[in-house]
Amino acid sequence: MKVYPQTSDNEYSNKTASEKNGVRVYLDYAATGPVKQEVFDEILPFFKGDFGNPSSMHEWGRAARIAVDRARTQLEKFLNLREGRVIFTSGGTEADNLAIKGLVLPFLNKNEQKPHIITSTFEHHAVLNTCKALEKNGVEVTYIKPDKDGLILVSAIEKAIKKNTVLVTIMYVNNEIGTIAPIREIGQMIEKENENRKLNKESKVYFHTDAVQAAEYLNMDVDYLHVDLLTISGHKIGAPKGVGALYIRKGVPVLPIITGGEQEFNLRAGTENVAGTVALGKAVELIQKSEFKIDDLKNLRDYFIDRVLTEIPETQLNGSKDFRSPNNISIYFKYVEGESILMNLDLVGIAASSGSACTSLSLQPSHVIMAVYADAERAHGSIRFTLGQATTKEEIDYTIENLKNIIKKLRAMSPLAPKKYKVQSASKVTIVIIPCALNL
Amino acid sequence: MSNISSLYSGKVMDHFKNPHNMGEIENPSGVGRVGNPVCGDLMELQIKVENNVITDAKFQTFGCTAAIATSSILTDLVIGKTVEEALKVTNIAVVDALDGLPPVKKHCSVLAEEALQKAVEDYNSKK
Repeated sequence: MKVYPQTSDNEYSNKTASEKNGVRVYLDYAATGPVKQEVFDEILPFFKGDFGNPSSMHEWGRAARIAVDRARTQLEKFLNLREGRVIFTSGGTEADNLAIKGLVLPFLNKNEQKPHIITSTFEHHAVLNTCKALEKNGVEVTYIKPDKDGLILVSAIEKAIKKNTVLVTIMYVNNEIGTIAPIREIGQMIEKENENRKLNKESKVYFHTDAVQAAEYLNMDVDYLHVDLLTISGHKIGAPKGVGALYIRKGVPVLPIITGGEQEFNLRAGTENVAGTVALGKAVELIQKSEFKIDDLKNLRDYFIDRVLTEIPETQLNGSKDFRSPNNISIYFKYVEGESILMNLDLVGIAASSGSACTSLSLQPSHVIMAVYADAERAHGSIRFTLGQATTKEEIDYTIENLKNIIKKLRAMSPLAPKKYKVQSASKVTIVIIPCALNL
Repeated sequence: MSNISSLYSGKVMDHFKNPHNMGEIENPSGVGRVGNPVCGDLMELQIKVENNVITDAKFQTFGCTAAIATSSILTDLVIGKTVEEALKVTNIAVVDALDGLPPVKKHCSVLAEEALQKAVEDYNSKK
């Protein structure tokens, strides 16, 4: 599968080592990825040729309408949807907002009791901050803590369910540490709860999952998962940024949060992002047809993890190794800080991400690491590498070799590091660029 | 993560890539340690004072690019100065010497100034 060639239009003013030796290794796929070549080819006609508004009656409009409908069908196939709707949105964040606000807000004025949401402390901010905003509006929220392996326990959610619970929202794969939640089991538990509620004529508990990080590699059959609502994001699966989707099971009472025209079955107003929806449809079709071996990715991931844990002292994996997304490596490096690690990686052309406070505008450490480990130092010293289908073993070897030198260099200058890591004589330490056999 | 890297000046990147005076002094005259690993910033400045002149300074830092750069350039700014002159080195002088810092990173320069003050305080208390 060819990847759309990236431009080298780089505003980074300082000449980086990467620009000198030309090596570029992208290991931040959880943040975003390139548009897949087939997706790109599929959407090109919709910018200048079939540019119509799907709501228009004429042939330009009809062509656009057919394209959007086809994309919707592709999403329905991908999710094995039998009863329900797929609503196109501007991305994962909007889909999360629609699921949570769209479902819960109508409950606010219904009963004397506040509606209650159950979620986790390490959800993506699109879910967390939406729940927090609803709390200000009189909604009750329970935030379940993940266990020490970064996993959510079904029993913890079950215990938290109350008479006024209307929604459970738990992310399928955590974006920072890659741990996988037991979505199917949670869904089954909720269905049992709803059977009891039916007998007592009480309203249901609905179940939403943010599946943004899961869509590429995990089972997305909504009946298998027993979910009522599910969020997908385009730019994590080879579609462009600016498009996503929300699956809504039949009978789930969601009201629109973006009001206006009648698009998307009156659930999301606004002229459809035709190219975006076509892209999303093609992207999920590619996933279904893909012959890419996920086990190969897992092996690459484990190779990375094992090399780091054995070759760099005082390192730890964040989150369960077994219940983990095939592409996620999240490592805690003791005594050193994340942003300085990232900057050093950037200087040799490697892209990654960190939970350090220094990388966030809010200067807050990663709430995910804090939720699992309650350790700010761990948050500051953690780096996330996420692999893609284009990632090679050579790229990983290049990364590990540079990582070893970077950690050594940073520990030599860290007042936290024990004496054994200090290089006494050096007052000038330079970055070592490892020549490698990468094909450029 | 925000696009902080494109906001760093060439000087900041130079000090980050090749820090000046990183390490420790044998029998330092004064040591100043500030910050907090919980916050993500820890700086230690060690100074050697002879005849009231700072003849040597070394730093160690746990922190981001800006933190490393500010502590590195701080050593440049104090070596060769008298203790009194060195105390006049403010966080603004540090930021200027680095050709500026992104607003969200200004606090790193404050930390550098504090490290210097503490090192001098320590030296004075030992005299």
